[in-house]
Amino acid sequence: MRPVRHAPFTPICDHRERPIAAFDRLDGMQRARNLIVCEHCDSVYRRRSLARGEVADCVVCGAVLERHQWLGVDAQFALIFAALIVFVIANVSPIVTLGLSGMKAATTLWGAVIAMWNDGAQIVAFLSAMTLFFFPLGQILIFGWVLWFARKGIRAPGFPLAMSALVRVKPWSMIEVFMLGTLVAVVKAHTYFDVVPGAGIWAFGFLTLLITVFSSLDPRELWDLTVETKA
Amino acid sequence: MSTPPRAIDLGMMACHVCRQVTAYTEDRHAHCPRCGNTLHARKHASVSRAWALLVAAAIFYIPANVFPIMRTQSISSKDDNTILSGIMELWRAGSPGLAVIVFTASIIVPVLKFLIMGFLLVTVQRSSGMVARQRARLYRFVELVGYWSMLDVFVVAILSALVHFKILSRVEPLPGVVYFGIVVVLTMLSAMSFDPRLIWDNRKSQ
Ligand SMILES: [Zn+2]
Repeated sequence: MRPVRHAPFTPICDHRERPIAAFDRLDGMQRARNLIVCEHCDSVYRRRSLARGEVADCVVCGAVLERHQWLGVDAQFALIFAALIVFVIANVSPIVTLGLSGMKAATTLWGAVIAMWNDGAQIVAFLSAMTLFFFPLGQILIFGWVLWFARKGIRAPGFPLAMSALVRVKPWSMIEVFMLGTLVAVVKAHTYFDVVPGAGIWAFGFLTLLITVFSSLDPRELWDLTVETKA
Repeated sequence: MSTPPRAIDLGMMACHVCRQVTAYTEDRHAHCPRCGNTLHARKHASVSRAWALLVAAAIFYIPANVFPIMRTQSISSKDDNTILSGIMELWRAGSPGLAVIVFTASIIVPVLKFLIMGFLLVTVQRSSGMVARQRARLYRFVELVGYWSMLDVFVVAILSALVHFKILSRVEPLPGVVYFGIVVVLTMLSAMSFDPRLIWDNRKSQ
């Protein structure tokens, strides 16, 4: 990906005006939409459209300002729908099966949550349920919900709330870590048991891949792609 | 290329949730005209919150490492592992590559998080203008890698669910894993409470 830099924003006022007055003169939200503020250092830039594969970096602190949104809303919806199906498969199928002298034991994600709960690690059970099930599922459902309406260019009912939830939940979804954890657990168990990977592990692997794709997309672009409908 | 102006100097601020640019306001109850979330130019009580959460995480980090996180039981033996002894066992069991990954996620990342967050908080409190760009990069690193420390917690959860062969063989979680999970959450909350814009505010050397 080629890093691209945004042109620094220059105030559109003569020097004697106070900055606040300059802002008041911007005609409202339409004008403000052309501006982007670096979330990490507060630098202001005038936005410009990005070409395929371009990433706009902040010249001051080096943080990513925005990326080219290489997937259209329809494609994003298709992907989120695929993610939902894979998520269901990942949760109902055994992740791995262990064999020990004729006996077999398999587990799913929820099996792990329940085992932690029953063995006195309720806090870990709660953390696992939230970060591996409720938050990722919530992300998929909410993103799917807003995308479904965004395909027609409109904002879904509860759009502001849904968009805020997406931003807040994002850091707490840990499917990728669980995927790596499964691999470590398999290797550890392999010393003593026969290990047969189940469909769940492939589903989690695929889900990790989809999550990587989604992390290159910023749902906040939907604010610009949709218009409010007066119900 | 000239340095872009800062929003706060232009009398502007951006919504921390949806990035909508608005006029600057001191009003603690002002709401974003677009998404309705509370507007604030800087995260509220950023430094004290980040410190409090970081110190709490450091306190929990001690039992997380001292107490065993997992018990492996069979008819003939009972084996309790701490985070570190589990890594050494993984190394000896012939997976040095994986042992390095677990060591990185469970030991190096948390320690780096403590050091980096402490360094960022101290330099911000001293209004240091030193190596601002590098500090900004360190903060992004902490945000990016923080949650990978949950790795060992999930390993214990999966093994506890899997290895359930009655008296023959059994894996159980031990209190260390609970403390470790709490440490990861607290360090993540500490990093989220920290406002990286403070690195660029009131720099003495400028
Ligand atoms: Zn920046």
